[in-house]
Amino acid sequence: MTFLRRLSPGQILGYSILAIFVFVSLLPLWIAIKLAISLPNDVFRSSTSLVPPAATLGNFKRVLGLPSDVVLASAIASPINFALALRNSLIYTALIVSGQLFFSALAAYAFARMKFPGRDALFVAVLGATMIPSIVLFIPNFILIKDLGWINTFQGMVAPSILMTPFAVFFMRQFFISSPKELEEAAKLDGASPFKIFWTIALPIQKGPIATLAILLSINAWNEFFWPFLTGRDESVRVLAVALSDFLSQTGQGIPDWTGLMSAVVISILPILIMLVVFGRRIVESLQSSGMK
Amino acid sequence: MASQEAGSLASKQRSEHDERRKAMPESVVGYLFVAPALFGFFMFYLVPTFRAFQISLTDWNLLRAPKFIAFANYGTLFADPKFWDSVRLTLGYVAYNIPIQTCLGLLIAVLADRMAKSVLLRAVIIAPYLISNVVAVLIWLLLLDPLLGLTNGWLEFLGLSREPFFSSPGQAMLSVAGVSIWRHVGFTALLFYAGLQSVPRNLYEAANLDGASEARMFWTITLPLLRPVLAFVLVTSVIGSFQVFDVIAVGTQGGPADSTRVILWYIYENAFKFNKMGYASAISMVLFSFLIVVTLIQMRALRAGHSDLD
Repeated sequence: MTFLRRLSPGQILGYSILAIFVFVSLLPLWIAIKLAISLPNDVFRSSTSLVPPAATLGNFKRVLGLPSDVVLASAIASPINFALALRNSLIYTALIVSGQLFFSALAAYAFARMKFPGRDALFVAVLGATMIPSIVLFIPNFILIKDLGWINTFQGMVAPSILMTPFAVFFMRQFFISSPKELEEAAKLDGASPFKIFWTIALPIQKGPIATLAILLSINAWNEFFWPFLTGRDESVRVLAVALSDFLSQTGQGIPDWTGLMSAVVISILPILIMLVVFGRRIVESLQSSGMK
Repeated sequence: MASQEAGSLASKQRSEHDERRKAMPESVVGYLFVAPALFGFFMFYLVPTFRAFQISLTDWNLLRAPKFIAFANYGTLFADPKFWDSVRLTLGYVAYNIPIQTCLGLLIAVLADRMAKSVLLRAVIIAPYLISNVVAVLIWLLLLDPLLGLTNGWLEFLGLSREPFFSSPGQAMLSVAGVSIWRHVGFTALLFYAGLQSVPRNLYEAANLDGASEARMFWTITLPLLRPVLAFVLVTSVIGSFQVFDVIAVGTQGGPADSTRVILWYIYENAFKFNKMGYASAISMVLFSFLIVVTLIQMRALRAGHSDLD
């Protein structure tokens, strides 16, 4: 109370606004968790309360295809297998992030350190690619992937983005430019090959930025919806975001299986929330300095 | 003898190898290093941009061969009331989205900068931005559900009337904008917060000594110095808003009664539901040109490249 009394009315108003903002930011996430641990029969009864009358992990088991004591009365229980979607999201994200990290760092290193004709023009062109609306690219890219017979395959889903993303090239180039090159030059005199210098000297120095970039790229890939929605609808490759969307649209006009849906939602945001808890400072600071994408 | 021969052979090979390596000029190595990324850029960015324009000059349903029809798609487009409807709806969405998101973001940034400089607060407020659009809209569909939603329950508790939100043509677009605002305000605030850190504190101290009010300091110091950040935020958020898709695809599918059929949804329908690749590409090229113009206007109006500190 003494703390509150020392505040001016303006400050009290300021703190109140911040508090309300934090509440509104977090409330929806909490409600998703609340529904995920609710018994399906309690959903209507407890719609205005912040805590479920009874808690269960049965919904998670249910959507992951494990034996569960929670059963839905109606026939709307979705047959979507979120364990498979979870696996697909992990494969999709791992492929894209490892490819983008490696190839973008390789290119960024050359853009930062080596001299070759047209270098700066190429770099500007790569950055300019961010200006192109994705829908402009998606139509021809979809036709290409279709012609290759790659619809509903992982290679079709990752092909357009695995070799580079302008943001990653830009991000890594900054760090290579501002790091000292003495070690690399010494290694060059010793006769080390350019790739060896890149791989054993230049890259390890950038461990911090690479870890940060890996986190940002993972979050992006994990959340990607539009392209996988166009090219990966089959269950065997369908990622979580697309599976969630299909889960809802299968409900039609009926009442969705909210507890199942929200358990799948919680499964899909859990990795991100964990990353935010573990790497919060790193994520905040990198977004603050560079923006995302 | 034999081992000596083998040894000299090996050293000979090695020196040849070294020579070849030295012979490779830096420019070739440079090209090799950027080759994979450039291949990706070429195949999936550069070529498709031109190909999109080429496709926009055809009538093509992917089953028959494309038929060249010159600019007929563009003619159709300008006479298509559904296209203009989607333009109007998208502009409406942008008009809801951008002012609220920007002003609220600025307010939160200024408050956080003055009162709560903790990383924890910033990590909490960007949480909605880090989860996907799909998840955000699913949670809000639940929260705004006419029967089961927390929001309507609370509205009723406060003595207000229940609202249909996503399920009514009059409120669906507002609800879509609400989801986007919820997801983006924290991130916008974070960018403004970063900009505020570069405003020299002594300016405020001097203004304080002169007896300037908080409001006056905001308008004469904070806002002018934030202009480059403001330009960045506005340019990226306007470009993003014109391309709203995920929330529509999951939340409303353009409905109810076509009340949320924004440009991207209309392009998607034409390309992937009606197989009109040429027409869809023509709309996407128009969107592309429009966004370039909007970006140039914004950059110029906000003199994006210069801060008033210089």
